[in-house]
Amino acid sequence: MSAIPDPTYALTASGNLRRRQAISRGFVAATIAAATLAVAVLIMLVYYAAKQGVSQLSVHFLTATLPPGSPGASGGIGPALAGTAEMVLMATIIALPVGVLTALYLAEFASPRVGKVVQTGLEQMAGLPTIIIGMFIYGLVTLHFGQSAIAGALALSIVEVPLIGRASLEAIRRVPGSLREAADALGVARWRTVVGVILPTASNGIVTATILAVARAAGETAPVLLNSNPSTLGYQFNPLQAVPNVPVEILTLLNLGYPSAVAKAWGAAFVLIVAILAINIGARVWLRRSERKRGL
Amino acid sequence: MSLSDSSLVGAGSVAAGTEAAPGSEGAAGAAAAGGQAAAEQTAGVRPRVRLSERIAAGQPATAPSVNRTAAVERQVVFQSRNVSVDYGEKRAIDSVTMDINRNYATALIGPSGCGKTTFLRCLNRMNDSIPGFSLGGELLYHGHDLYDARANRVEVRRRIGMVFQKPNPFPKSIYDNIAWAARNLGMRDGMDERVERALRGAALWDEVKDRLKSSAMGLSGGQQQRLCIARSIAIEPDVLLLDEPASALDPIATALIEDLIHELKARYTIVIVTHNMQQAMRVADKTAFFSLDESRIGTLIEYDDTDKLFSRPADSRTRDYITGQFG
Repeated sequence: MSAIPDPTYALTASGNLRRRQAISRGFVAATIAAATLAVAVLIMLVYYAAKQGVSQLSVHFLTATLPPGSPGASGGIGPALAGTAEMVLMATIIALPVGVLTALYLAEFASPRVGKVVQTGLEQMAGLPTIIIGMFIYGLVTLHFGQSAIAGALALSIVEVPLIGRASLEAIRRVPGSLREAADALGVARWRTVVGVILPTASNGIVTATILAVARAAGETAPVLLNSNPSTLGYQFNPLQAVPNVPVEILTLLNLGYPSAVAKAWGAAFVLIVAILAINIGARVWLRRSERKRGL
Repeated sequence: MSLSDSSLVGAGSVAAGTEAAPGSEGAAGAAAAGGQAAAEQTAGVRPRVRLSERIAAGQPATAPSVNRTAAVERQVVFQSRNVSVDYGEKRAIDSVTMDINRNYATALIGPSGCGKTTFLRCLNRMNDSIPGFSLGGELLYHGHDLYDARANRVEVRRRIGMVFQKPNPFPKSIYDNIAWAARNLGMRDGMDERVERALRGAALWDEVKDRLKSSAMGLSGGQQQRLCIARSIAIEPDVLLLDEPASALDPIATALIEDLIHELKARYTIVIVTHNMQQAMRVADKTAFFSLDESRIGTLIEYDDTDKLFSRPADSRTRDYITGQFG
């Protein structure tokens, strides 16, 4: 059969079209399968954590202290939740200004060459293995001053800075250049423009970035393992002392090995997963809605 | 920071002395326009009758020639001396020499890519941030070199405002759009009055006075553009640069903007880039025709009173363009 079809022939598949269509369908099917697998893993993970952990859920579990001596036999993860909240809060207080100012520097002030170097650095920082971040702070701080919530927070802030920085950069770059021109044409100095126009316009993206970074830091284990891993499991808020936290407590409970401790670990894992998913989804929904409201 | 007219006039030595000489119709003009002029100018009464006033009085736009030649005595705001602009290796405009007069609307017309917007943006140094930009020749503003090393470009733009092709209100309330720059410049007193004055000046007050706190993004395109004009005049600049301010607007909104230009030039010097020749005829006292020269570099072809440029162009390229035989 010639390559050029007879124009009067019926419009059914001819030539190698049947084969090409089969390949196309196979390719589409492969992408669908991969996407399904990815989502399925998440669903299975949440389902398994829920199945194992949901039975633990109670006000007592969320607030009580694990008894010393026989942790895991009874009690709850109250101190760990409080400690995680405290460290993440401190980490965010450190990381938010550093991340946002870095993004502002890159978007507004850096020369192209320096900007490229800094941005590459930020991207590499996002890819750093978190155990190395933990070791770094351990060597720099913990080795000299002992474990503390501050040391843990410092390590977590290193996790957060590139997340906040990169997402803020994107948000700041989405601010239309016409707004910068408008502000320039009004004889307003650049930093005023940044504070008065650019940051407010990008604030949705920056807030979302921060919330996502909080969610990520809350679940990080390696950065806090070496820097805030207390021997006592009671409530502890002094930032100069090691404070209990959820990821490390999960590890501790699993290491104990007996069934009630493992069950408590699953309970804590479920709480952590639900909290992170809720924060993530909430932040994205909020961003979408408020951006639409502003007509961006 | 004092920005009264008198300080700017005092600085502009080129303009000094030309002001007092009364034209032949000076006495009558002073009687007619004196009250208004005295109210709006601290620099003294100018006995010249403006084109807009003549139009308002029902007189033909083609005024007696004695009136138009008097324009050479008008105070000069911008003096462009052989200005050229390069973007890196590429020369965008070459040898532009023209004077732009005070309280005139001056139109820059010409085909796309002829450098009229580039030239406009040179006037308040908006091109500075473009990589590779460099300016040759001399560009004086009231006798001061705009590109002098000591000239601060934030200060330049504070005196020479700009309205852009696409309306670009800030994503803030209508009120804050206008108050923001004024507040940053230290003009804190009487902000409500300042906002109202600016909105009235831009013929927008009646449409927005009941929703000053709502977002400027909810305004129509024409309203947004008038808001941008209000925002510019709220800080009381000396000059307004308009870069095709009506090209994104419908004919009704365009007419509103054009009426506005007639009113604004009583207080401000206006330079407007437009693609629309009818618009230039309607709003401009003087018109500059830019085009590409033999080596495809934008340059000033002809600059004259608007009615003369459109009725008796001196250059054949101008004639071809305005009669639609360009290119």
